[in-house]
Amino acid sequence: MQLNDEEQAMLAGELGSARQWAIKHQLAVGRFFDAPDLVRVGQAHIMADTESLGWAGIAWLEALAALPKAERRVSIPTITDPRGLDFASYRRLKQTEAMADLEARTIRAFEALGVLMTNTCINYQTVLPPVRGEHMAYGDTGVVIYCNSVLGARSNFEGGPSALAAGLTARTPRYGYHVDVNRVGSKHFELRCRPRDLSEWGALGGIVGRASNSYWEVPVLTGLTTPPSSDELKHFGAALASFGSVALYHIPGVTPEAATLTAAFAGRRPPPAIALEAGDLAGFCAEYAATGDKVDVVVFAAPQLSLLEMEKVASLIAGRRLNADTTLIVATSPEIKFAADRMGLTHAIEEAGGIVAAGVCFYQSYAREMAEANGWQRLLTNSAKLVNIIAGYGYRPALASMERCIDSAVAGRIV
Amino acid sequence: MVVVLKCHRGIGPTVEGAALVAADNFSTRYDLDRSKGIFCRPGHSLYGQSYHDKILVLVTAKGGVASAWMLNEMKASGLVPKAIVFDRSNPILAQGAAFADLALVDRFEAGCPTTLIATGDRLRIEPDRGLVTILNRSA
Repeated sequence: MQLNDEEQAMLAGELGSARQWAIKHQLAVGRFFDAPDLVRVGQAHIMADTESLGWAGIAWLEALAALPKAERRVSIPTITDPRGLDFASYRRLKQTEAMADLEARTIRAFEALGVLMTNTCINYQTVLPPVRGEHMAYGDTGVVIYCNSVLGARSNFEGGPSALAAGLTARTPRYGYHVDVNRVGSKHFELRCRPRDLSEWGALGGIVGRASNSYWEVPVLTGLTTPPSSDELKHFGAALASFGSVALYHIPGVTPEAATLTAAFAGRRPPPAIALEAGDLAGFCAEYAATGDKVDVVVFAAPQLSLLEMEKVASLIAGRRLNADTTLIVATSPEIKFAADRMGLTHAIEEAGGIVAAGVCFYQSYAREMAEANGWQRLLTNSAKLVNIIAGYGYRPALASMERCIDSAVAGRIV
Repeated sequence: MVVVLKCHRGIGPTVEGAALVAADNFSTRYDLDRSKGIFCRPGHSLYGQSYHDKILVLVTAKGGVASAWMLNEMKASGLVPKAIVFDRSNPILAQGAAFADLALVDRFEAGCPTTLIATGDRLRIEPDRGLVTILNRSA
């Protein structure tokens, strides 16, 4: 890979051992993907919950944090994905003091590195969205797919070590979705119905994800007559990335790199369209239906809720009382939690018996241990992403609209 | 003459070990019980089998970004595959292998490695040279 003088100096250790580790890591990954050089990035975003870090990861971060200040500080704005635990609500969720200790150690290490603890997977709605063409090192699949597709930014999925490396060097290897040729549509889906709510937008993402099933596929979606909302595309993209490992899609006339169908395929003839009907959405939702079952926990998360979603949950639940045997968890970012507190939304949800957790996203929060400690099995959510991933942690997940989720939390069974 | 398979230049050290092969995918977070060193997701082709010290030969990586940290944690815990061989890796597993210094190769000239290699084959993985040698088979 071609390196300039500054990059050569980093590699030689002249800017300290942290930046030397970082650029060596980037060269190993870059060579694997035939990157010609490194590209400068505007922000880095680190996924590093304590469950995935493990003891080894936390000790490694602490060793970095012990380096001299000039060597250890990140050199571009570097923010964080949801954490494993919210200090204000962890006891109510029966997370342990040991988990809280690991969380505190990790936060101290990140703060010593100059990382901003935003603790969010909706930074594009709440922190600072990228602009079209801006190269980024984002560490959450839902963030990457939204920013690549809806905003025209350029990022690969950057795991925690790679995102931190990008924070330290202000660069990332130029491969994958940093490169024009990889951003061209490769599959064509024609929508013949419109999803009716966020859970169905997620279901649509799940269907397109299963049919795409590769990081290197770029689905193109046609058939929409009016643009979806930010929250609808948030759920669509999060599920598409979760079910299919997809990092970029185009919607001609809506997303910025695809003014037309022809543009989505870079002037080439589009492949035959795969039609998606209302029956496909219903079929997907039927896989995750469990009407009549007792529900242990209702979760709104994955991705964290926007202010508008928080308002909707609050207005649907205000004045009602949750079933005594059902837990309701609403996960949002710290910034939205402050707003929700100020606007009375948190109060409405918690007065009904719900828990508003800030800076976490449920599945990264020791989900298996929470299930065991609380006796949870049946989980209901309006997030298609969450039903895809949570079964691996011993839950029996079900999918329904936000309205049905709340009615079920009140009834104690899935209605 | 042993069988030599050419692949793309990979990541990590040269290693030798026994292959564990499946035409299935791989996620450290959702497929593995990392405390026991086994595949634990019902429905995975290798359900119930130990991955410790094996050279895993699978189609591709799935799941979220957590694998980038988890391979390192698995190595520190002592229950870890010796190497991973994919038809095509995604960025997260490549980043995770680089962080953990675990051998990873993909993109074979002769096609998908799950059809070229059988469970129990004795393999030498040379990531720097882009070579996988099946030591127990003759060409």
